[in-house]
Formats: sequence, C-alpha cells, structure tokens
Amino acid sequence: MSDITDAAAAPRPAAAPGEVLLEVKDLKKHFPLTQGVVFKRTVGHVRAVDGVNLTLRRGETMGLVGESGCGKSTVSKMLVALEKPTSGEILYKGDDVTKMGARALKQYRREVQIIFQDPYASLNPRMTVGDIVAEGWSVHADIAPRKGRLQRTQELMERVGLNPDFVNRYPHQFSGGQRQRIGIARALALQPEIIVCDEPVSALDVSVQAQVVNLLEDLQDDFGLSYLFIAHDLSVVRHISDRVAVMYLGSVVEEGTDAQVYTSAAHPYTQALLSSVPVHEPHLRGLKERILLEGDVPSPANPPSGCRFRTRCWKAQDICATEAPALVDRGQGHPSACHFAEAKTVVPTE
Amino acid sequence: MSTASASVPYAPGRGGSGPVLEVQDLRVQFRTDSGLVNAVNGVSYTVSEGETVAILGESGSGKSVSAQAIMGILDMPPAEITSGRIMFEGRDLLTAPAEEQRKVRGPGISMIFQDALSSLNPVYSVGFQIGEMFRAHRGTSRKEAKKLAVELMDRVRIPAAAQRVNDYPHQFSGGMRQRVMIAMAIALDPRILIADEPTTALDVTVQAQVMDLLKDLQRDTGMGLVLITHDLGVVNEVADNVAVMYAGRIVERGTVDDVFGNPAHPYTEGLMASIPMLEAKGGRLQPIGGQPPNLSSIPSGCPFHPRCPKRRLGADALPGRHCAEDVPPLRLVVPGREAACHYSEEVLGV
Repeated sequence: MSDITDAAAAPRPAAAPGEVLLEVKDLKKHFPLTQGVVFKRTVGHVRAVDGVNLTLRRGETMGLVGESGCGKSTVSKMLVALEKPTSGEILYKGDDVTKMGARALKQYRREVQIIFQDPYASLNPRMTVGDIVAEGWSVHADIAPRKGRLQRTQELMERVGLNPDFVNRYPHQFSGGQRQRIGIARALALQPEIIVCDEPVSALDVSVQAQVVNLLEDLQDDFGLSYLFIAHDLSVVRHISDRVAVMYLGSVVEEGTDAQVYTSAAHPYTQALLSSVPVHEPHLRGLKERILLEGDVPSPANPPSGCRFRTRCWKAQDICATEAPALVDRGQGHPSACHFAEAKTVVPTE
Repeated sequence: MSTASASVPYAPGRGGSGPVLEVQDLRVQFRTDSGLVNAVNGVSYTVSEGETVAILGESGSGKSVSAQAIMGILDMPPAEITSGRIMFEGRDLLTAPAEEQRKVRGPGISMIFQDALSSLNPVYSVGFQIGEMFRAHRGTSRKEAKKLAVELMDRVRIPAAAQRVNDYPHQFSGGMRQRVMIAMAIALDPRILIADEPTTALDVTVQAQVMDLLKDLQRDTGMGLVLITHDLGVVNEVADNVAVMYAGRIVERGTVDDVFGNPAHPYTEGLMASIPMLEAKGGRLQPIGGQPPNLSSIPSGCPFHPRCPKRRLGADALPGRHCAEDVPPLRLVVPGREAACHYSEEVLGV
C-alpha cells in the first residue's frame, strides 16, 4: 500500500503536537489604486489586509471569520504565496516565506495547500479528475513514482468519498459537493502539513455541506493536518475550529478558543455579528440579544482613523478616533481589539 | 397553509378572511436537450393576509420555479406549466388574459430577488426605476413619481434618500440595493410579496437589517409574505408557517415551531441534524447521505427514499406503503401538520 494509508495508520513522527507551524506577524497587503491610462499614477491604496497576526499549531483548526471585504481571502492567498505581502512576515517552521528562495518556496507550496470556495470555477473543465488530482505530482515528482500514480489517484478519490472508477470523468459530470471532494483530493495528493480552506462549504447545500465538513474532520484526524478555515458562516466555523479569529476591515478584532469567542465575546463587532446570525432552534428564538448595526462597512481605501469599527460602534468615544486599540487581553481571558472590551454572552446557551 | 394558519395569531389587516393566494397542484416542466426536467410536481399552498409562509428547500427543489410561475415570469418555453391553478383573490391567474395578469403584478403580487445588482437596470437611476411602478400602473407624472420614490426610499430606510434618488445601482452597497428592490416591490402596496432568497447574497449583519425591514413593512401593511430560502435560521426567526420542498414536492408543512421542534419527515429531520449550531460546539454532524435527485429522473415511489435512513423496502414495508414504489401523498399526520411520508407517525414518535 502507499504512504497515504501508512500515514493514516501511524501518527506522524514529526515534532510534538501543538508545535507552532505557521506564524503570521503584522501582515499587510495594500493594493494600489491607479488613475490614468498611459501614465498610471497611484492615487491611494486599498488596505485589504492591514496588520494581521495569527498562529497555527500542528493538528489544530484555526477559524477565520468576517464579512465580505474584510480581507480574509487576501490573507489566504498570501499564506499560499499567491500574493506577495506589502509588509509583514509569514513564518513557516521558523522560516520567513516572503524571503524564501525558489527552491524553499517550491517545498513550501507543497506543504501548504489550498481548497477554494467555488468548486465550479476552481477545476479545469478540460482536465479529467485523475489529471486534476495528479497534476501536483508533475511538479513534485518525488512524492509519487510515475508508475503507481493511477493507483494513488484512485486511492485518494476513494479516501475523499468519490467512486475511483470515475477517474476519467470531467468536472462537469460531478455535483457541487463531489467537485469540492475533487479539490480536497487534489490538495491531499501532495501530502501537505497545512490546508488553507477558503470558504470550502459556502457554495454547498446544507445536507452536502455537512458531508464535506465531516470529511475534513476525518482527514485531519487521519493525516494530522492543520487547517486555516476561512468562512463567513459562524456556525460552521464554531463547529470545526479549535480557535477562532474575527476579522473586520483588514485586521483581527478578537481571537480566542471557540468557547471564548462565541460565549463571551468581548469586541462589539463580534457581539453584533453573533447577534445577527439567525438560530434555527425554535425555543431559542427571541432569547438572543438583538444588536442591529447601522450602516455599511467603510471602504478599505479610506478606513476610519483609530479603531476601524468606531463608525458603527455604539460604544465609540473620543479615544476610539485617535488611538487604534491593540489586540490584547483586557481581562476577558482572550485578546480583543477594543478600548472598552467587555465580555458578554450574546447567544443563549442551552 | 389554511390548516396551520388558524393557530397563528394575527390581528390587523385590511379586512377579508381566507387566503389571498392559493396555489393548487402546480406542475412545471422544462424541456431541455437532455430530456424533460420535472421541476415542480404538484405543489399546493395558501397565503393569507399578514401571514409569512416560508418555502424551504435546497437548490433544485423547485422553490424558485414555483414562485416564478406565480409571478408569470417563467421563460416559456423551455418551461411549461402542465397543470394547476394559481388563485389570486378568487381568480385563476394562469387562465387570465395577459392584460389582467399584468394588473396583478405590482399592486397584487410583487417579488424581490436574490441578486439585486442584476435585477436592477444599470443605466437608469434608482429613483427612475422605483418611480416606474407609479408611472406604469397609475399614470403618475415623472415629477410626482420621483417624489413618491423618495418617500419609498425613506420608508425602506435608505439614508439621505432625497440626495440618493438620482444615483445609479452600482453606487449602492449590496444591502442598499436590496432595499431599492424592496422599495420597488412595495411601491403599489401589494397584498402578497414573494421574496426569493432576499438575503442569501448579503452578510449576516446586513441580512439582519433587511429581514427586520421586511418584518416591519409587513406589520405596517398586512401583506402576505412568501419567503423562499434555504436558510433554516431565517425561517425560524421570520416565518409563521413553513413548507419544506424536496424534488419539486412539498414533503412537510406546519407551523415553524412544530416542524423545527419535531420534524415529521425524515428529510426535515436530516436537514436539522446536518447544520452546526451557533449556541454550542455540538458533536459530529449527521449529514443526509447521497446527492439531491436528478430532476429528469426522479426516483420512483418516495423521491427521498434513496437517501432516507428510515425507508422501508421489500418485506419491511407495510402493504401499499412501499417506499420505493408507492408515492406518499401529503397527508395530515397530526392536527396542523402535513407530511408526505408513509411512516411519519414513526418519525414523529406519536
């Protein structure tokens, strides 16, 4: 049998669990706004990601939640080296990814894989499933000897719940959930340490979404994977994550274990976000505190001074406009970026 | 939904009891190159004044197609309404002359869609598009129509309506665009508003704002609301009654409290078990196995039977209640609750 099943049987020999695999320090990505056709000049910057700090340990799932435009997908692209950060560090096992040479970067890209949101757009329609799953091996030939590749591909397909006989089919012959499984098999093929899951279940129906979430959990147990799980669905993130970071307008406003963030949210934005999620249990209806935010998210090209959230915050005072609050623990047991942080239970527990 | 609406207290209204809209045995087919697609297969429901009926289903369950049939906006061909009646205030819209149908759309029934940007005309100002309702249906002058448009924009809580009335759709955020569409829909004070996934494309904080607005408008005008969605949370927080659709049929209906509290159909039960909770970490998700059915070859008997954990086949089945052969009718299981399952009593535990 192949390494895939071996890896499932024996735990990885690598360092002790809980070791920090990935550390992101003050990561920034500013996209220039240009004007003019022939003589382009920069008239400003969209501060898509503006000072994000994250750590990801071996075998854990870090959830990253936030609304559209908060920069969570840009973070994921920088983590898999598809975008170059404007500044900041991404330390993978101690080495800065932004300063890596070609050889080290190639290895890094093998070990950190990504699953995308849209299973319709992220698979090449002209390639068979087998070719899609095996494509990584043409770059990283050492992982799978040329001879056994078909068999390896079929094992991978079976592992993610696809019929291995469908190896010669094309993506359009599969449903959304099955396509997402193809994307997962493709990521697994390179035996990664980390998989960045960028909204992996948002495009799926609820009954299929649960199948994919369970698959991701099983694979994590079997292969000792670490996930950075990016989503806007707070319930899914809570379900799968060990720790959760909440993003707003390019920076992390609160971070903690899933219980800390969901039952004693300290940042007003997290509280408002939790309060907005409709619960599906009839007996919990109306028990939740209603916090309705006014207005829309400001433009990241021209973010508010001081605290980014102050324009929509009911707690905002003068200090919020002048001083950006640091992401530190202010006595709530976990860090939050609010001058007036106060732990609060928004969602009723049973 | 006449059976269940009796239990829902509703006070104000514009007089007249009984359902405003009554859909009877609606069937819609699509003729495509790959065969006949049976999108809606015998759907019946009623909507009374002030009532909120949620049509809950996954993609391909026929929930949107049935709504489009009511509005008369199905593309025919390829679609074809093969049977059924759509009674609005006692008249059958399907047999009514086109001119009469046109008079119902707007003042009688109106509709809002998921994607506000593609539902608005990019080359006309929003004020012009809202005012069009008055010009087309009431012959109002342009000047007067614009004035009414500003009033409506105020009513749907678009800030600085008087300044924004001449802006174009692309100048608005997603949530504000949805409000513009709601303003158009309620312009002529319709008796029924059909909302097809009105908040699916929106972030949760904006979703909460829009759902609040819809609820308030409904309270003020007493219109009936048909809410088409796949989000169980939204249904729980907004609707009085719910009809769960699967493969073009209603498989269960009743009050939201009853249906969500104790499902009578295995599909509803499966949906409830497959979504993660916000209020607790929860255990492993229990997904519904398999894939949603292909509508051009719907399984025989109960369309859900290939995925149903409670199906009874062969010798296990009671006479005339063989899940793979006998189509279960939508029947009254307990007072106020209908379900299309041969073994609903067992699912319910009564």
